[in-house]
Amino acid sequence: MKKTMILGLAIATIFATNVNAETKKSTLESVKKAGVLKCGVTTGLAGFSAPDKDGKWTGIDVDTCRAVAAAVLGDATKVKFKPLTAKERFTALQSGEIDMLSRNTTWTLTRDASLGLNFAGVNYYDGQGFMVSKKLDVKSVNELDGAAVCLQAGTTTELNLADYFKAHNMKFKAITSDTSDQTIKGFEAGRCDVLTSDQSQLYALRIKLAKPDDAVVLPEIISKEPLGPVVRQGDDQWFNIVKWSLNAMINAEEMGITKANVKDKKSSKDPATARLMGGQGEKLGLDDAWSYNIISQVGNYGEIFESNVGKGSPLKIERGLNALWNKGGIMYAPPIR
Amino acid sequence: MYVADKILPELPAPSNAKGLVHWLKTNLFSSPLNILMTLLGLYLIYKIFPPVIQWAFIDATWVADTREECLGEGKGACWAYISNRFGQIMYGFYPPEEYWRPNLAGILLIVLTLSLFIKNMPKKLWLGAFILLVFPFIAYILIHGGFLGLPEVGTDKWGGLMLTLIISLVGITAALPLGIILALGRRSKMPIVKSISIIFIELWRGVPLITVLFMASVMLPLFLPQGSDFDKLARAMIGIILFQGAYVAEVVRGGLQALPKGQYEAAAAMGLSYWKSMFLIILPQALKLVIPGLVNTFIALFKDTTLVLIIGLFDLLAIIQNVLGSDASWLGFFTEGLVFAAFVFWIFCFNMSRYSMALERKLDTGHRS
Repeated sequence: MKKTMILGLAIATIFATNVNAETKKSTLESVKKAGVLKCGVTTGLAGFSAPDKDGKWTGIDVDTCRAVAAAVLGDATKVKFKPLTAKERFTALQSGEIDMLSRNTTWTLTRDASLGLNFAGVNYYDGQGFMVSKKLDVKSVNELDGAAVCLQAGTTTELNLADYFKAHNMKFKAITSDTSDQTIKGFEAGRCDVLTSDQSQLYALRIKLAKPDDAVVLPEIISKEPLGPVVRQGDDQWFNIVKWSLNAMINAEEMGITKANVKDKKSSKDPATARLMGGQGEKLGLDDAWSYNIISQVGNYGEIFESNVGKGSPLKIERGLNALWNKGGIMYAPPIR
Repeated sequence: MYVADKILPELPAPSNAKGLVHWLKTNLFSSPLNILMTLLGLYLIYKIFPPVIQWAFIDATWVADTREECLGEGKGACWAYISNRFGQIMYGFYPPEEYWRPNLAGILLIVLTLSLFIKNMPKKLWLGAFILLVFPFIAYILIHGGFLGLPEVGTDKWGGLMLTLIISLVGITAALPLGIILALGRRSKMPIVKSISIIFIELWRGVPLITVLFMASVMLPLFLPQGSDFDKLARAMIGIILFQGAYVAEVVRGGLQALPKGQYEAAAAMGLSYWKSMFLIILPQALKLVIPGLVNTFIALFKDTTLVLIIGLFDLLAIIQNVLGSDASWLGFFTEGLVFAAFVFWIFCFNMSRYSMALERKLDTGHRS
């Protein structure tokens, strides 16, 4: 009895010291001390995070990590990417194995409130969409009553689809596959009329078709999937840094500051531009060049979007919801002042 | 009266009892059912092989710089997809200018192992012990670096076939001794040793490998102090070794049970100690009996290493599926990737099974009469 108690106490102490260590050491300090930002990414998703031929990671999620590294360490290359599977991602963040998670993770109430995590913003507004063969001549999801739908088993896609069709009093026949590669094979072989998945995925899948132009992605989106970087709860300073690194990129696009012209803009007379270019770093615990470093080394939001998933990439995804708020989208960042 | 005063010359067999026609008649067309099966088989071969060969060889694109060169009417497999990133498939994210290090370690291992096969090689026992006990450290220093002026290459950069081989070789060599100890422990008369062995074996055998890997990668970090970065590969390897050890233990135990009781009694009658009787009499016979079973578990382990993908390690299959498969400018060639991965796995597994058959023949001392 006594021995069990001692053992229990010992274990409790170990955990207690762990918790103490966690609260004492800020993420900013430990990143600065290590000189490298540990960032969790996917194990491979075209356009979001994927290693290229030389083993260098590229993608929109990867560039979000680089932006934070540029802000904190002044060097966008000082990132150690940790490829994580969907199941591992939150544990890796909770246990301190990584400093931030940028792994096309959907922001939901449950994740935000019960996992001890904070979503620092949205770097891509995704949503479930539909792809149909051009020859079906379908213009809207509402014409799809009774359709055979290819989808990936065990995903929220399946649940969203059932909800949507039920709400609109339509029927569908689900043809489920294990992987997204199998769904596109099924679609190509004509086993289904429609393929449904997150819209960003649909564009990547469409390229895999022998004749990509024979398929169209319908404009409707039936679910909200805001994807963004995540940090641990309880370190507000770090939360702010990640949040404002992302906001700086979005604001830079709005003000027309690009990788190319950031040098000239540094001495701009425009007050809003001047504020973005300097003077705000101290409040975040960073040096004044933080935003300049982000834009000069990584680029503004529009640039990272276009080069990774947009026009500059094979995926050719339209800006859509991800266009700036004043250009028809909903990408909006609070002002830097 | 006719008396044959000399032996008649041998005549050739009648034409319907030899040659191709005879073979076909007796083997392929001997009964209506057989005729049907033969025709069906020929039809299937005709249906399957020409298109596969057409796709994989005749219409294939071997060299291409862009995806577009692989596409188009009448184009078959796109092997350029594989060859363009062959380095990554073999070594993962290992820096190319350091490829010589894993290569050297591999060649060293092959040379050392082959020299074990030379008859009359002196001090074979020592050589074997060197390979098992010293070589792993040499290989680690070579591949990981960080000592002796070799630049460090962290395990997060390891991948591809190299990682598959490292995991399975470490798993196999470490699990065998562990399994033997556990098997002996389970048959021991000492109650504590026996129950510990039973609990260990049943516990590890009772959970799927995927669970072990998840525990090692997801649960363990939560119990370790904050920020302590215990190597992910090491965690996975320890899990695999313990898991595999339990399986090997049961295979070895099967061999121990198959030995006649007389062998144990004879060893005891000779006055040998427990360890001596085990290592000189029992285990050499028992292990020989269970070679097929052991190789079976090792082949299974080799294929199971692909599970490490779920904890974010990039083995051969993971590189092909996730890294090559997510390259936005080369989308849509997963068939080629999977065919190549299957081919590589097949080569290794087939050779393992051939090796085990050769080993059985070599060690066969003729007890099977």
